[in-house]
This record gives sequence, C-alpha cells and structure tokens, in this order.
Amino acid sequence: MTMTMPDTAVAATAPLLEIRNLTKRFNAHGGGVVRAVENVSFSIGRGETFALVGESGCGKTTLTKLVLGLEKPTSGEILFHGADLATASSKAMHGYRRQAQAVFQDPYSSLNPRMRVSKIIAEPLMAHGIGDRDSQRARVLEMLDVVGLPKTAADLYPHEFSGGQRQRVAIARALSLKPAFMVLDEPISALDVSVRAQILNLLADIQDEFGLTYLIVAHDLALVEHFSSSVGVMYLGSMAELGPTESVFSHPKHPYTQALLASVPRPDPDHRAPVGVIYGEIGSAMAPPPGCKFHPRCPYAVDICKTTPPVDRELAPGQLVACHLAETIVPPVQSSIAPL
Amino acid sequence: MVDMDVSYAEISSSPSQRMMRSLFGRGIPYWSLLIFGLVVIAAIGGENIAPHDPNGLDLGSAFKPPSWLEGGSIDYLLGTDNLGRDIFSRMIAGARVTLTVAVYAIVISGGIGALIGMIAGYFGKIVDTFIMRLVDIQMSIPSLALALVIATVLSPSLTTVIVVISITYWTWYARIIRGEILSLKERDYVALAKVAGCSTTTIFVRHLLPNILNTLLVLASLQVGQVIIFEASLSFLGLGIQSPDVSWGLMLADARNYIGNAWWAITLPGVAIMLTCLSANLIGDWLRDTLDPKRRQL
Repeated sequence: MTMTMPDTAVAATAPLLEIRNLTKRFNAHGGGVVRAVENVSFSIGRGETFALVGESGCGKTTLTKLVLGLEKPTSGEILFHGADLATASSKAMHGYRRQAQAVFQDPYSSLNPRMRVSKIIAEPLMAHGIGDRDSQRARVLEMLDVVGLPKTAADLYPHEFSGGQRQRVAIARALSLKPAFMVLDEPISALDVSVRAQILNLLADIQDEFGLTYLIVAHDLALVEHFSSSVGVMYLGSMAELGPTESVFSHPKHPYTQALLASVPRPDPDHRAPVGVIYGEIGSAMAPPPGCKFHPRCPYAVDICKTTPPVDRELAPGQLVACHLAETIVPPVQSSIAPL
Repeated sequence: MVDMDVSYAEISSSPSQRMMRSLFGRGIPYWSLLIFGLVVIAAIGGENIAPHDPNGLDLGSAFKPPSWLEGGSIDYLLGTDNLGRDIFSRMIAGARVTLTVAVYAIVISGGIGALIGMIAGYFGKIVDTFIMRLVDIQMSIPSLALALVIATVLSPSLTTVIVVISITYWTWYARIIRGEILSLKERDYVALAKVAGCSTTTIFVRHLLPNILNTLLVLASLQVGQVIIFEASLSFLGLGIQSPDVSWGLMLADARNYIGNAWWAITLPGVAIMLTCLSANLIGDWLRDTLDPKRRQL
C-alpha cells in the first residue's frame, strides 16, 4: 500500500483538481450537437469541498462523468495533481482511478444486486490487485465499521438493506481504496429525509478522517451552504457564478444565482417570493441562446446580453461572475437559508 | 358468507389438488425433475436399457397397440409401429439423439448469441449497427431454406442438425441479450466498476453476465421445445437424423403416414416431446428463482 503523493509543499498550494476550459459535445441522433459542458474552468484545493449546483440538464452530471474519466472531453484539460486526464495513458488512468472514487445518487442502481456486500466493497481492491483475500476481507470489515454498518453486513446482498444502508455500503466501497478525491453526485437526494442528515454527517466525518477532497453535485442549496467551501453555479453547460460558498450565498452577483437562492422555500408563512424570480424552462443544449445563455429568462437582460457571451469577471475575492451587468444589479434582500 | 365457504373449500384441498399445486406452484418442481431425470436416464442408457432392439424389424407384430388397449401385449408396452419395431425401445433410444441435439444446440447458439449480443449492446455505435444488421439479415432468411443449403453442403447428420439449429437460433439470443445489456450498462454499478478500475472483461463477467443469467435461462428453457420440433422437421425432410439412428422427431415423421392405423405411434413420441419441454420450462423457472439472490429467501 504505497501511494505516490507529490511533494507536500507543492500540494499545500497547488489545487488537487484543476479544470481548464472544459468542453463536451455529444452528437445527437438525427444530427445536431448537444453542448453539454461549455468552456468550464474551476479548481478544487486539497481537502476542499466544491459544490456544483444548477437545474436539471445544466451539465452537472456530464461534468462529473468527465472528471471521473467515464467520458472523454471534446476539448479542455482536467488536471489531477497537474497531470491531464484527457490525454492520460490507460495506465495513468488506472492510477488515477485509485485516487478518485465516486458515490452516486441512487443506491438501488449503484450496487450490483448479484454481489455480496463484501465483494462490492472489495472490488476496487481486486481491480488494483491490492492485498490478498485476507487483507481485503480485513479492509472490508474496517470500512463497514467506518460507515457504521455491522460486520455481519459483509455477507448480505444489497436488497437486504434500506436505502440509507445501501448508501453507506456505496460509501464504504468508494473509501476502500483510501482515495484522495471523491465525486458525490447527489449523494442524499434519493434518500428518506430522516437519513439524509446521517449520511451527510458520515460524509463530513470521513472527509476529516481520510483527508478527502469532495466534488459534490447537489440541487439542495441548504445542503450546499452547509457542506461546501466553494460553489459553482451552472446554467446550460456554462459556469454562471463561481466562488467561496459564503460570499456567493451572501452576495450573489449573477441574476441566475440570485433567482436560485430566492426560490428556496422558507419555513416562514409571511415570506413572499421576492422580485427576480425567474420563469420559463432551461433552454436547449442543442440550440443554446446566443450571447448570454441566460438572457431569455433574465429580468435584467439588455441588448448586449443577446449578442455577446459574457466572460468571467472577478467581482469579489475568488468570486467569478459571468454577467455583463453584475455590478449594476441590486440583489434582492437575502435572508440566510433555513437549515434542512 | 358464501365466499368464505368457497375459500375454505380451497384450503382443504384433495391430494390430487395438492399434486397439481406442487407441479404448477412454487417450490421445487418434483414432477418436472422426475420426468426430465427419466429422459436423461433414457438418453444415457439408450439401446442398453431398451427392452427390444430399437431397429428390430418384426413385420408380424406391426401396428400392435399399447399394452393397456385391446390387442396389446405387455411385451410391447407402448405398442409397435408400421415395421413392428417397439415404440418404447425407440423412444428410449431416441431420447439420446433428441437430448444431445437440444443440449448442444442450446449451449452453442446461446453462448455465441449471448456473447455477440453483449458485445453489440455494450460497445454500441458501429459495432452494434454492424452486428444487428447481420442479425437482421440472418433473421430474414427462412431457416428451413438455410437448413437445406447447409445440410446439402455438410451431408445430413447429427452434427449438421446441431450446426443448423445453432445458426438459426443465435440471432434470437443476440437480440434479446443486446436489449438487456442496453439497459444494464446504464446502471450506476457498471459506471462505478469502471471508476473502481475494473477491466472490460471483469465488467462483462462480474457485472453483466450474472445479471443476464435469468433471461438466458428462460430463453434456453423455452428453446428446448423449439429445438426438438426443429430437429423433427429437419429429420422429416430427410436433412436431419438418418436411420438407423432414432430421434423423437424422426419417429413423428415416420409415423405420420400411418396416423389412421396406429395413432399411438405418432402420439406417444409427441407426448414425450411435450412433457420434456414442459419439464424443461418449469425447471428453468425454478432455476431462475433459485439463482436470484432477491428471490432466494421468499
């Protein structure tokens, strides 16, 4: 069990994962191109939690697939420890897989119904030829303990567990290689409300214990505010706003971010939807609107928005906003989002 | 109240009802296993356990009815055919050829079909298009016409029958398995297996194959009947099993001309085919349920 880690001095400053101008296009049936991810850049520091938020169909999931190497980018770079995944050899990719694991949304689909839990958790170890049968078994039991499942769970099949327990199994599996980086794609949204907090706490605990870096995809903004250190707001494949969670949530500068935050329901009967709430549907990724992709739904849109795509501008420390009018828009009054 | 009486009557079932339930209900299919077991024993024993020589001609005792009918004798348990051959002995001897054809044809067509279907479904795109066009072309050729060509080239024999049936049926597996794989490969555990670093071979063997076993078993058990009938058609046309070999299909073909004189000569092998197919289907269902961890404890 030796892991090749870069110089700690370098690691402290350089981001663990850096994404530069990442673009992914799919050819649709019957011609046409789906622009799933367009020119997205961001980076995640070691030990950080980066959250991606946005509506369905905004490219969040495609982005995670690119980061996990399940899809090849059309252009752009995905740098992990400074090495580009897009051009990595299959051997280098195999090494990357040892460091980057994932937990997906649906625990009913993420566990093979034909495999016992012990094999599910040990599978990444087997794939990398780590340890013999006994040490793998020991690791399985260790991981079950970490995620709070009894040792007897090892010999059961997935269907014998509840959704929350299955998600624990999925987390144990993702942890078994002791990776440095983990993609969490809506890790709690398929679970009962009563177990969501437990799974979130577990994820927070193992992050501390194993020094993990998270890329989390979520649409629950309360979760994001509570859980992540940085946040990226995506709209139709592009990054609308990006920055430290605290400043993005307290001073959202992009109209889309403002609308997203305003749309969070509050447990307050006197609360009325503020101005700036957007209407309509997210546009088509096959024929995105020209200029700023958000302009057809933006209450502030002016002529320049319809013709010129905005560039990212740093309007507060670390806070990048892709909006022509960000300085002139007065954000609606924000009260902090109520917890779960 | 009337309803309650009816349900009470159903609960206190007679032995014959219970027998029917054990045959068609859940649990171990004892009857099917028994029948299939007997067929397997017959196939292994063949001529050695048959009471008469399956090809022993005795024109003097032609068209003897089965023993329980008037004019039948205990010597010829299931009667004799037009040449005085003992039908019971011929059925025992025929079980071997019939079962051999069924097993080989199903294993070969199922194996090749499933593998090709998995490749088409998993890799998609041009591979899928190419394979599926091939399947379409194959399926548009009438199987008997194809059998005629192949049998002419290879000369009729047991091997030819197996080859012809395998070539005819692999497309069946390929299509259905491809469809299964198309949905299976979108499951998160397949993506997560890739993330874990599993090779494509591992994904095929560990994640895809076990999850198509159900379908394969059902397809295979349904195919037993079709294979037996197909072998019968080939033998009937003179392209399949040749005398002195015996198969159930050949017996049907031989007895067809004398159906007016000796109904038993065509009926009894037909019943054997039917019972074997039914048993195979029920055993297939049972295996499917038993091998599925989700159903095992039910």
